[in-house]
Order: sequence, then structure tokens, then C-alpha cells
Amino acid sequence: MTSSTDTAPSSGPKYPGGSGGQRPPAVRRAPRGEPLRRRSFVARNPSILWFLLALSLFTLGVTVLAEATGTGLLSTSFIKTLGKTLCLCLVAVAMDVVWGYCGILSLGHMAFFGLGGYAIGQWLMYARTEQIVMGNLDGQPIPATPQEISDAIGTQIFGVVGASELPAIWAFAHSLPLQLAMVVLVPGLLALIFGWLAFRSRVTGVYLSILTQAMTLALSLYLFQNDSGLRGNNGLSGLQNIPGYENTPQATLSISFFWASAAALAIGYVALAWAVSGKMGSVIRGIRDNEARVRFLGYHVESYKLFVFTLSAIVAAIAGALYYPQAGIINPAEIAPIASIYLAVWVAIGGRGRLYGAVIGAAFVSLLSSWFTGGGAPDIELGFYTVQWTDWWLVLLGLSFVAVTLFAPKGIGGLFDLINHRVMPDREGDYGPDTGSWRTEEGTEEEPPR
Amino acid sequence: MRLLTFLVVCLWLPVVAAAQDLQSILQTHAEEAASPSRRTVGTMLDDLAASGLPGVATFLERYQDRDVVQRAGDGLFFYATKSGDTYTLSDISTGEEVGTAPSSEITEIRPNGGVRREIAGTLVAFQLSDPDIERRQTAVEAIARSPSADQLAPLRTSIETETDPALLARKRQLAGILAASFADSTADRVAAIESLSGEVSVEVRAALNQILSSSTGVATALPDGNIARTFTPGSDLTEAEAYDQLVEEGLALPAPTRADIRNALAANIDGGRVGGVPVARLDNDETRDQAYGALAADGIVPPRIGAAEQSAALSAHVFYEIYDEDDPAITDAARTALSEVETRVGMGQMVDLSLDGLSLASIYFLAAIGLAITFGVMGVINMAHGEFIMLGAYTGYVVQLFVPNYTLSLFIALPLAFAVAFGAGVAMERLVIRWLYHRPLETLLATFGISIALQQLAKNIFGTQARPLTSPGWLDGAWVVNDVIQISYIRIAIFVLALIFLALILFILKRTRLGLEVRAVTQNPGMAASMGINPDRINMLTFGLGSGIAGIAGVAIGLYAQVTSEMGSAYIVQSFMTVVVGGVGNVWGTLAGASLIGGLQKGIEWFNPSNTLAAQTYMILFIILFIQFRPKGIVALKGRAAGD
Amino acid sequence: MNTKIAISAAALLASSAAVQAQDVACPIQVGVLHSLSGSMAISETTLKDVMLMLIEEQNAAGGLLGCDLEAVVVDPASDWPLFAEKARELLTVHEVDVIFGNWTSVSRKSVLPVIEELNGLLFYPVQYEGEESSRNVFYTGAAPNQQAIPAVDYFLEELGVEKFALLGTDYVYPRTTNNILQQYLIDAGIPEEDIFVNYTPFGHSDWATIVSDVVALGADGVPVGVISTINGDANIGFYKELAAADVSADDIPVVAFSVGEEELSGLDTSNLVGHLAAWNYFMSADTPANAEFIAAWHEFIGDDARVTNDPMEAHYIGFNMWVNAVTEAGTTDVDAVREAMWGQEFPNLTGGMAVMGTNHHLAKPVLIGEIRADGQFDIISQTPEVAGDAWTDYLPESAVLTSDWKDLGCGMYNTETETCVQLTSNY
Repeated sequence: MTSSTDTAPSSGPKYPGGSGGQRPPAVRRAPRGEPLRRRSFVARNPSILWFLLALSLFTLGVTVLAEATGTGLLSTSFIKTLGKTLCLCLVAVAMDVVWGYCGILSLGHMAFFGLGGYAIGQWLMYARTEQIVMGNLDGQPIPATPQEISDAIGTQIFGVVGASELPAIWAFAHSLPLQLAMVVLVPGLLALIFGWLAFRSRVTGVYLSILTQAMTLALSLYLFQNDSGLRGNNGLSGLQNIPGYENTPQATLSISFFWASAAALAIGYVALAWAVSGKMGSVIRGIRDNEARVRFLGYHVESYKLFVFTLSAIVAAIAGALYYPQAGIINPAEIAPIASIYLAVWVAIGGRGRLYGAVIGAAFVSLLSSWFTGGGAPDIELGFYTVQWTDWWLVLLGLSFVAVTLFAPKGIGGLFDLINHRVMPDREGDYGPDTGSWRTEEGTEEEPPR
Repeated sequence: MRLLTFLVVCLWLPVVAAAQDLQSILQTHAEEAASPSRRTVGTMLDDLAASGLPGVATFLERYQDRDVVQRAGDGLFFYATKSGDTYTLSDISTGEEVGTAPSSEITEIRPNGGVRREIAGTLVAFQLSDPDIERRQTAVEAIARSPSADQLAPLRTSIETETDPALLARKRQLAGILAASFADSTADRVAAIESLSGEVSVEVRAALNQILSSSTGVATALPDGNIARTFTPGSDLTEAEAYDQLVEEGLALPAPTRADIRNALAANIDGGRVGGVPVARLDNDETRDQAYGALAADGIVPPRIGAAEQSAALSAHVFYEIYDEDDPAITDAARTALSEVETRVGMGQMVDLSLDGLSLASIYFLAAIGLAITFGVMGVINMAHGEFIMLGAYTGYVVQLFVPNYTLSLFIALPLAFAVAFGAGVAMERLVIRWLYHRPLETLLATFGISIALQQLAKNIFGTQARPLTSPGWLDGAWVVNDVIQISYIRIAIFVLALIFLALILFILKRTRLGLEVRAVTQNPGMAASMGINPDRINMLTFGLGSGIAGIAGVAIGLYAQVTSEMGSAYIVQSFMTVVVGGVGNVWGTLAGASLIGGLQKGIEWFNPSNTLAAQTYMILFIILFIQFRPKGIVALKGRAAGD
Repeated sequence: MNTKIAISAAALLASSAAVQAQDVACPIQVGVLHSLSGSMAISETTLKDVMLMLIEEQNAAGGLLGCDLEAVVVDPASDWPLFAEKARELLTVHEVDVIFGNWTSVSRKSVLPVIEELNGLLFYPVQYEGEESSRNVFYTGAAPNQQAIPAVDYFLEELGVEKFALLGTDYVYPRTTNNILQQYLIDAGIPEEDIFVNYTPFGHSDWATIVSDVVALGADGVPVGVISTINGDANIGFYKELAAADVSADDIPVVAFSVGEEELSGLDTSNLVGHLAAWNYFMSADTPANAEFIAAWHEFIGDDARVTNDPMEAHYIGFNMWVNAVTEAGTTDVDAVREAMWGQEFPNLTGGMAVMGTNHHLAKPVLIGEIRADGQFDIISQTPEVAGDAWTDYLPESAVLTSDWKDLGCGMYNTETETCVQLTSNY
């Protein structure tokens, strides 16, 4: 973590892209004689503390109001909704790092999220089924062979649709540690291989977006097939029943998962904030703004991109592994391209290039969305026509999204700048995790001038 | 057979038959007549045909058409026409009106498809030489559907009097097929079979396959008869299969399966031990085999049959396939003919598959060409492109609501769809995209927003159910080369449409003022502006053009598939793939991309015909890899990526 | 396992003790869990309306146990995880006494754990793949032996079909049904190579190759038939392509299990005339009860053009059986009602009597209809009542299973080993 803000030349900031960009407002400077390197990472980025504080307060509040641990004012299903929302916030933060900081508009991060869910779902289903099968086979006069046990589990999981043998994809499902490793390894490796191929060929910009979307589509089509060995369209279900905790009420389980999600969000937030700060953060943002220049400066751009892409994929997978036991079912529709697009929408509305923006966007839009589609919003009587929000919500979302893109590129997070009267630091030095949205134009692609 | 009876009976029984009438025959078979079934209706049809009554043919036709009803009170049968809740009844013998009845007293008789086929078979005798050509055609088709030996003679007789040349050819062809199976002498049949070898139709293959129908068997020695082939266990069929066959025929004892062994062990637990092995140790196959062996040695359970015993049993038997047809001359001829036919069919199938691939490619091309303009030429990502396709399709649907003539409505719908999508495209360009030319990723997202909104809007207006877009009558049916190679007219029309648009776009871009200006703006907007071109106007028009073509593609896609609010999203990723694979900024590239993707998909489907979903998955994977290794697409432009 | 049974037995005792103490809380809440938005809305909204109509009729007839019924309608928006969430909400927040809902199998699998955990009661009205019998679910739609098997019998017996193409959309209902049918056909003497199986994605539109594959099946000179489990919109393209290839119902008949009145309404059916569908109910059934039901429906919905279909009848039977069971039990308590449901009888709209079996499946007649040009069906075959079979008899692994909640107290009972495989269901 080195920083050179205090020795920066005072010449006016040069903004990339030139034409049309407004000049950033006056520059806040660190007071002279107080080198930034002495201050801790958190102290330099007070927003992290604020965020952690808000998250703890929220968690505390929910705990007090929950059924299992407090007054019971919040129903179990609402606790589950909140827990799931925290997971969505985490994947949004990961998305923000990839897109808002590194400039890779990935339309495939929900695929990693889903893969994480599938990985944990496999263990949940296997362990639950194993208990049933073992309980059943115990009554037999002759002890079962390992093959018989695995066949019985296979028959139970797949019904008559699959073969009686467990597909190879379930090879590690019997062990929780191995399957937990799969949560990280499978999406991580997929991201690594995909990223390596794509970045190596210098596929950038919109091409990369389309390519990630194609990856998601291929994955969801593959999982839709019955032959994939993951139960096709039905997916994995009954995931809310945790093996070994059959007698624990869902109220307790839901608040435990809520805490776990909150902890994961906190850790993920800090880790990703650290990743996008300091020198590495500067390089990453440099790649976003002008990949060619960073490359000419001697940085190995591909490695940076690959690191960010893979790291965020792993974070997304962990979020998914926490999300689906709360949702109870995962199926290929969860991985469909539209899910990843919504993820981008959340981040954009929340405000890209600042991590708390992503959190706000994901929480705000997903909760609002379930409020509208759940029939919570009152219909609007226009006299000649009744606007039913279940029908019109998506129209509103789509249009407001266009509006945000056009008129408020900073999203909801931009409001914080108004409150704080915050101004942008100079181009030089460490931006920290919250100032990534400050730009008017994307980096040009490395192509012959058009 | 039935026909033969009929002919015989006709000759010497007219007197007896005259004593009956239609109603009384039906009454003797009242149950079959009221609820006919394929297996039981035969006797009634035989009797009707044998009666020789004049009204039989008419009756059978109307019976087939479900005009016959039964009156509940007396069980009599009538012809009936329904109006409102009452039926007007007519006598089945005379056709005279005999009164009306409320629907509660009437049971409609509904012969099902199987029965109708039987009736058609009986009607053949009446219709083969009928003056009405439609009836003759019906009779010929009935023979084609269920050929039988007794049809050969009447068919040959009717050929002599046939006047219509097309029908005559059809009758001759059918007579040839029938002769191959049913002619009297071996020489005749062989000659008929040989004459069939030049055809590829399903009927011919059906006839030849029927002649070659065979059954497999196993015995200690090869039986007499027309043996097709013998099998060697291990090479022609696996040893396990062969042994199963032996067991099935009762020629060998079944080898106990794992489950059998487990059950046998469970049944023979003796003081916590089975065959001397403690029960607790029986949790693996080895000890189980050991325990089972001990039981078998004591004669408690049948012995395990090892590999050596199995192969001994196999070598003591011969596995063979025997033809149902006894005459080897005929089966030899049929086999030769069939192999020739099948070679031709195989080639035909390749051609047919290529046609399907070409058709799919033209659909992808049509869907993607608009995108190739906006994305390829202008560099603008329009994720709402799919929704412009949808917009066009719904325009077609709405036009059909107001213009019932399908031909006319199609010719109104095509330009209107263009206009609507053009308008939507221009509006979008003016309102949104214009502000985002320097931010391609945000264009992508903003157009996604529009796509989501448009899709939901379509759902709100038209509902989530698929809407019909019916093609005019002259586009129904298919261009049939033979029974293997055929392609529907609608697909040909789409192919032609794709060609027209390819030509049109090339013309616009290369030969018109607009095209020149578009290319100029694409290459250097600043310079173009200084030459007096208004880049705003050009961008707007280009975008409108691309969108408008999407609208027309929507009409075309709606005609051959379905119009739903989600049809656009089904094509958008494929369309982008097409453009990117082909090479951005190049109309020829799009063509190459569409051909590659369409051909590839059909190729993968051909390898794995039972899983279309897998074909799509692997195609996308292929494209992802393809782009990694050739990021600029098939037709990569050198130097300036301009509007070619 | 033993402890589990003991626990649930204790729970059963405890709850039946609670019954006597408990009075019925007015109004009685009836949950309606059908998607009102999203891709399934088109099918499921109708079922929501039917439930509202039935509840209104029941209230007009004096309610139930002296209470009015009140519908609690929620919208799971065709989002499968949301089904589980909404079911939990219905049972814990709204405290409904019964839920009528779900359409797709995956949505049912999603709510099953919740319903079983909270001991709710669900009536599921759609034909499905079987292989399930939950303690807390009553299946009023057809199991495969009440729709698919009779249709295949019809093909074999009446149409003399000897070669089969099983075409389906790639999801669990077609997969399971086709597996069962394939085994059934092999048992009936059809060689395996004469059965062509194909799966296509949802909304598939490119049917040319598949149709020519089907036509090519005729090359053996035996009649070919298509058993279609193709779902939804994809059917349109399929029938269009069949017609374009000049294949009529006389050449290659198609029997569909997912094409009903609702799917045909507003479509150009000229390409479909003569093809078949198998259901337990057709709107064209000529009985007074059906005429009355259709009239009531038209009056309720205010549109004479609206059609009725099989799942609507399933809800009609299910709701009336539930009402009778509650009246008999004198309470809405789930366990008491469950027991009163066994053996409940209610007249079908197509004639005859539907009976609820102890395996929670209905006995219903099977009808086969030919599509007419007006989008209705000519009923050409109607069997007597067929008892729904939770576990199919045609596949070896499930032939040994049976379900009997009354005497065996188990939905997945292995008759070979004489043990209850599991008490919860196989989600």
C-alpha cells in the first residue's frame, strides 16, 4: 500500500477522453506534512466504518425483532427475505468491483452465484437423502454395500428420471468440506479459465459483455438438460432443511443464516474495499479508464483483470451458497441471463464505483421489486384504467433504469456526495473504494481509430 | 379379404340382400355401430359391403364424417344436422327428412381415426372407379395408408379406366408397390421389387421393409427357412445380451443378480450367520459372494453361473435372424433394392439437412442483419433489438385482426412493421442512444432497460399467451422433391426475404447517397460533418433502418413460429453471436456468421437427434471458443473498420 | 427412522387432542397460491378466478361450519423460490386452513418442504408426473396412469399404432412420463428401436428436422403415432410444421397431454383439427352438471367466450371435497380434515363419481378428445373411473412402492421390504 498523493504536482487534472467531459470540481487535498501512508486503510476510508456500523445496527435490530431471538415482530419468511437480500448485496458488491472499478461489464456473475448455490445444494440434498436411505437400510437383515447405498441415494434424488447411479458430478457430495471447497473451486476455476481465454485474446468492452452473457446462457441451457445430472428444470429443492438440524425450527435457522449472511457481507465488503484501494486499486481503475496506457506502463493488465474477475466470481459463489439454503430451491432459471442483467441494474441504480452504492442498489431495488410484484403496492386508479403494479412494475423499472443511465450516472450513491458536499480528489493517488464513479466516459477500446 | 368377400357376395346374393335394408343391418350390429372400435367394426362393415344395397357407400361416407346419430328411445340410426339444440333427422336408406329431435334424445356417433381408416378401406371398392375424382383420390390414399393383398386386383382393374393422368401415375405406382408384396408368382414379385429400387418414398421403403420383416431366434441348430444372418456372441451382440436371450427362451438358467444374491442371503440367515459368514460382515460384494457360494454348495440356492458356464452355454447355441418371407429370391431382391433405396435416402437426408440448415441460417440472418447495421456499422449495442423483432410480429398480428384476408394483411403488415420498428428505433436513438455514443457499455444497459420495459408492455397489452400470425394459403404446404427432401414454402419465403434484404442493404450502403454518408460518418464523423453531412441525421436514419429490418424479421419469424412477448429475447443472444462470429461491420460477415451458426446447429442436432437443447448448448460453447481464437470474426476487416 | 415415526405419532396425538379444544376461527381462511404475473400467469390466473367463484358460491350457500370463507390471494409471480416464501407467509402470517395452488412441478417441489414442515394442506390441480405422495397434499390432477397410459392404450388398440415418437419439452413431467411410457410400450411388445424420443427446450420454434425425423419413422410400413408432452407456445410451431409437411391426423396422429381448451383459445386451430388430447375433463362434456358449471363460470367472469378446462374441474372437485370433509370433521384442523378426505366422493362434471383415495390421488375417468375447428374437443373415448396411482407400476424401481396414508400411514412404502421409505416426501 503505497501512496503518493502528498507529492502530486498541482497542475490541473487531466481527464481522459477529453471531449465533452466536465472538469472535476475543486480538488480536496490532504494537508501537507501529513503523509497518507501513515494512516490506516480504514481511517483513510471512513465509509467502511460507517458501512460496518450501519450493518451491525441493522443486524442487531433484526435480531431483536426476530421470532427466534426477540419479540417476533418480524415473521420468519421476512427474516429469510432480509437474509437473502444481504446475499444479493454481497454479489452486487462483487459485481461493482468488476464493473465499476475494473470496467468489465460482466453479464455472467449470477452464473457464479448460482453455481455456488448448486454446490452447496448438492451436499444438502445428498446428506438429507443419505439420512433417509440409511435409516431405511438399517432395517434390512443384511448390511448394505457402499454401492447399494449410493444407488439408493441416486434413485431417491433422481426419481425415475435419472439413472440409478449417481452421476460423476456428485462425486464429492458426500462430504461437506469437499463440497464447500467446490463452492469456491468450481466457479473460481470457471472464471479463471473463461477469463484467461477472454483476456488473453484481448476481448474487451461490449464483446466481453456479450461473451459473458453467452457463457451464462450456455450454462443455464446445460443445467436445464436432464442429462446434466443436476435434476434439470426441477433443480435442487428442500434446501432449507439442514441435515443434522431437523429439529431446529426454521425461525432459528433463518436468523442464523441471516447472521451468516451479514457476516459474509461485512467480510466481503472489507476485503473487496481493500482490493480496490491502494496501488492495486489504482491500476485496476487505470485499466478501466485506459487499458492500453496501463499496459504501456509495464503492468500485466491481463493478470490484474483475471485476478479481479476470479476474486469477484468467488465472492459471488459464496453469496450464492448462503442465499439458496434460505431460498430453499435452486433451478436453472436462477442462472438465466436476465438475472445477471438485473444485477447490473442494481449496481447501476445504486451507483457504480462505490461499494456502498452497490449495497444500496441491490437492497433497494430487490426489496422494492418484491414489494411491487408481491401486490404490496396499492393500485393506481386512473378512471379509465387501473395501473396494477404487478403488471407495470417492470415497465417502471426498465424506464427508471434508462433515466438513471442518462441523467444520474452516479445512481443513488450520488446523493451521499450532495449530503457530504464531497468533492473529488485529484486524479493522482489513492481514490479509495468510493470514488470510482467519477468519470464521464469509458476507456476507449484498443482498436484502430474509427 | 373383406373386399374379396364383397365381390363374391355381390355375384350371387343380390336376392337375399334385397330383403334387408340398411337400418336392419345396423340394428343387428347396433352396439358396434353406436360405439365403433377398430377391432370390432369389421364384421359390420363386411355385412354392409355384402348387402349390396345402393345407399351403403353414402352411408359409410356420412358415417365417417360423423353425420350419423342414434335416437335414444328406439335405438334407430339417422343422418342428422344440428341447429341449436335440436337435430333434424333423415332416414338413412332414403335420405328423406323424418322429423326433429332435441339433443337430449340423440347420441352423436363419433368413429375415431382407427375406425375411419377401416371404413375408408371398405369404401375403396366403391370409390376406385367413381366418376368423382376426389372420391377416387380418397380411395387411392386409403390403399396407400393400409395396403393389403385384396386391393391389388381392383386397383389394376381401375387403372384401365382411369382418365386423370396424375391419378393414373399414382395408381400405377401403388400397384407396383402392392405387386412387390402381393403378386402371385415369384418372378412377378421380383420384377416389381426391382422396379422399386429407383424410388425413395416412405411407401416404397415401407413395402420393402415389410417384405424383409424378420425375427430373431436362438436354437441348438440352425432351423430350416430363409435365414437372414447368424450372430456371433461377443462381436454381433454382447455376451450378456446373448445370454439374456438364452434365458428368455428358457434355454439356460438365469444368473442371479446382485439383488437376487442379497435376497437369498437375507432369506437364509441362520443364527446371525449366512453360509458361515457373520451377517455384519456382509456389507461388501466379496463376502456376499463367499456366503452365497457356501449356500449354493449346500444346494439351498441355485448356483451362481460364472463366466465359463455362460460362454459354454453360448457356444452350444446358434443365434440367428430369420425372414418371415420363405422365398430367398424375393428377400435377396428386396435387400438389394432396399440398399439402393437407402443410399439414395441417405443422400437425400443430407440434402434435406442442408436445406434445414440453410433455412435456419436465413432466419438468423434476418434477425441479425438489423443488428449488423446498428452494432456493426454504428458500433451501437442495441439490446432492445429483439424487442423490435417482437414489435414487428405484433404489428403483423394486429393487422390480421383488422384485415381478415391473409395475403393482403401480409402485404400491409410487412411495410407497416418496418414503419413501426423504424419509428421506435428513431425515437430510441433520439431520446437515449444519442446521449450515450461515447459510453458503449451504458448504451448496452440503457437499451436493456428499454427491452425490459417493452417486453412487459407487450405482456400488458397482448397478454402472456402466444398470439397467432397466420400465413396466407399459398404459403401453406411444402416444396416436396420426394419423401425425404422437402421444405415448407414459408421457410423458402423467409430465405427469399433474407436474400432480398442482403441485396437491399448492400445496395443502400454501396450505391446510394445515404450509404455513402453512412460510411463517411462511421469512418470519421468530424470530417463528414465538415463536408456538409449531418451526422445526427445519418445516425438516426441508420438506426431506424436497422430497427425497421428487425420489424420485418419479426413478421417472418411470427409466420413460421409463434408471436410472444418473449420471442425477441430468444433471438437476441443468437443475433449478437451471428454478428460477432461473422465479423463486425460487414454484411458479408453476418451472412457467414448466420450460415456457420445455422449449419452448426443442424449438424450437432444430427449427431444427437434426441436432444435439441444439447445442440444449442454446445453451439454456444463453440461460439465462445471460436471468438477466443478469432476475436475479429470470420470476415475480419483490415485497416479501417468501415461500412464496407 | 423409528424415532421419527414416534415423533410424528406423538405430534399426531397432540394435534388431535388440540382439535377437541379448538373452536373454528371465523372467517375460515382459504389460501390461493397461483401466479398472477410472469410466464405462468396465463394459466394460473384462471384457476385463481375459479377459486374465487367457488368460495363466493359456498358463502352464498351459507358458508362452512357457520363461518364465511375468505380467500387469501397471493402472487408468487412464476418465481419458484417465491412459491416457498409465499406458502410460508400464507401458513404463518395469514394462518390459512387450506391452500389451493401451484401449476408447475418445480413450484410444487418448492412448496412441499414448507407445507410439510408447517403441517399445511395443499390441493394441487394439475396433471403431473406422479412419483410422489405427500402427507399434506391432495393431488386432484391426473397421475400418468390417468392420462398418459390410457392415451397410449388408445393408440395401440384403436389406432393400431406400432411405432411411437415421444416428443417432449425438456423438464421433469415429460421426462418422467416418457420414461414410464417407454417402459410400458416395451412391455406391450413394441421394440425399443421403434420408440423415438426427443426433448426440446421451452418455446422451441425450429421443428422442421424433428418433423422429418417423425415422418421417416413411417419407413417401416407400420403406423406411426406421436405422444406429445410439448409444453406451451412450442406447440404452435410444431403443429404448423406438421401441417406444412402435409402430415394430417390420419397419417400420423398426435396425442397431447398439455394442450387443452385454454391453450387453444384464440388460436388458429385449422392445423390441429383431428389431432388428439387426453384429459379428465373436456368443456364439451354433455352433462347437466357441466352445463351448470360453465354457466356459473361465464356469469362470474362476465365473458361468455371464456373456456373451462381440466385443472378448473380439478379445483372444483377438490374444493367441494374439502368443504364436505370439513363439514364431516366439524373442524378445519388439518389432520382431522385429512382423515375425512379419504374416501370422499363428489360427482365429476363429466359424469360418474370422483373418489379420493388413501394415497391422496383422485379416481377420475379418462377422456380422449379430437380437436375441432372451434378449439373444442370431440370426446371420442371415455373410460370408467381410474384410480390415480402415486407410484407407477411400469417402472421396476417404483413398482414396489405404494402409498397409503390410512392403513400404512406412509406415502412411500416399499412393499418388498415392508418398510416406510420416508414420511416426508421426495422433494
